[in-house]
Amino acid sequence: MSTGAQLVNLVAGVCFILALKGLSSPKTARRGNLVGAAGAALAIIVVFSAGADFQRVPLIVVALLVGSIIGWIAARRVQMTQMPQLVALFNGVGGGAAALIAVIEFTSAGATESTVAVVATVLTVLIGCVSFTGSIVTFLKLQELMTTAPVVLPAGRFITSAVAAGSVASAVVLIGSPSTIMLAILCLFSLTLGVLFVLPVGGADVPIVISLLNAFTGLSVAASGYVLENVLLIIAGTLVGASGTLLTQMMAEAMGRPITNTLFGAFKASTATAAGSGEERPYRSSSAQDVAIMLGYAQKVIIVPGYGLAVAQAQNTIRELVDLLTERGIEVEYAIHPVAGRMPGHMNVLLAEANVPYEQLKEMDEVNPEFATTDVALVVGANDVVNPAARDDKTAPIYGMPILDVDQARQVVFLKRSMRPGFAGIENDLLFQPQTSLLFGDAKDSLTKVVAALKGL
Amino acid sequence: MSPDLALLTIFVLSIFVGIEVISKVSSMLHTPLMSGANAIHGIVLVGAISVTGTANGFAVVLGVIAIVMSSINLVGGFVVTDRMLEMFGGRKPARKSDQGGDA
Repeated sequence: MSTGAQLVNLVAGVCFILALKGLSSPKTARRGNLVGAAGAALAIIVVFSAGADFQRVPLIVVALLVGSIIGWIAARRVQMTQMPQLVALFNGVGGGAAALIAVIEFTSAGATESTVAVVATVLTVLIGCVSFTGSIVTFLKLQELMTTAPVVLPAGRFITSAVAAGSVASAVVLIGSPSTIMLAILCLFSLTLGVLFVLPVGGADVPIVISLLNAFTGLSVAASGYVLENVLLIIAGTLVGASGTLLTQMMAEAMGRPITNTLFGAFKASTATAAGSGEERPYRSSSAQDVAIMLGYAQKVIIVPGYGLAVAQAQNTIRELVDLLTERGIEVEYAIHPVAGRMPGHMNVLLAEANVPYEQLKEMDEVNPEFATTDVALVVGANDVVNPAARDDKTAPIYGMPILDVDQARQVVFLKRSMRPGFAGIENDLLFQPQTSLLFGDAKDSLTKVVAALKGL
Repeated sequence: MSPDLALLTIFVLSIFVGIEVISKVSSMLHTPLMSGANAIHGIVLVGAISVTGTANGFAVVLGVIAIVMSSINLVGGFVVTDRMLEMFGGRKPARKSDQGGDA
């Protein structure tokens, strides 16, 4: 690689650092992202000037355009509610690409590779494959193309351990005596491992897994940088690997559970969930008119938005409701759980889309002491993040996750589609409490009716 | 310094930079940050292009697949992150200056 190309790579590396730095504050985030994109563009232009033995430029450009157009269209078309799946999918293809690169380099260089290069190849393939299939399963879960509940195979732990051991064993053999067949076996083991790794993760924990797999792909890309002796790939991959690991840890903290519990918890607690969900229990359902009266004559209302709000595309209707209540002199706030939605910070994105000013959005620690002085807590399409079981019931799978203390409000109104439990598949005791009223139906329809009733008060 | 050692040095230092740059991010930005970081590892596209340019036979097919996959990651990642951040950033100044231009 020429000195000029290496310098450009250095510039691109700096751009990526600035991009991540910028992304950590709302003021600089967008500019940061553009700086990162510019760095990437520079690096791609330079790679075409790699040398005389570089062939098939037209083919490469076509492939590049096809991928770019697919990525662009997917990114422009996706609904904000489907963001987590898309990130998982993008992450998966990135990891898969890294693994493929290592395979190609290995098969063309063959046995002449140095030990360091073989070790790097093994790591790239192993981590890249796990990230690829793991992300695909994550995508299927989030898109609800498969069950969102933890899938625990009989003797699941044993199988996973065996496959993991198989991966490590084939990796070791491969490093000792490089061969294409062994590489293929390693691919098979690690692809399977990716699936087994994500299957037992329950719905509510899937966001953390996306973040972890993101860090995995980063590491895989860094390892592919060793294979190709490309400094930029090492810098970019390591940055993502390190920051992704930290981000995963921060998210796990926001959910109040250690990361190992997230990943392996299902093996232990798989049976505790189903208990008690069969029996019929009494609950109070009410009309839009009742809810409007409750809200209209309150002094303080806290709105707890959840994923259901976004699915019903009711962000604008809820804003209309809040405007009406504010006009009546009622104090209204939104309480945002750190993992409301389907990935950490997701609800902030969804409400930002509906132009809700982010000053009105209160984070959990800030808003929790206020529930005790709140007349009505209106829970729209949220469930797990207000489930007191997380605080009180040691056997609950979500035990330990910090929740919004909605149960301390004088009255609680749930807007729900049905009595079906939330994404985590756990029943919410709060639904059956005397202070709770339920308004069934599509969140948007219900809210529209409440708004109309409120106008008539 | 041997080339391998130089690469290792870069690797280790990058770990610290990676941890340092995001150590104080609020949960509000977790989604865009994750998606932004996701876009950055799409730069593996550079590797996909360089191996495909010198590959032969079946490896070319694999290379083309790798290019398509990594460019989806790279381009899609940056575009979707920008879309999210547009909604975060574009609103507040408009409200402050009372223009209310955005719908």
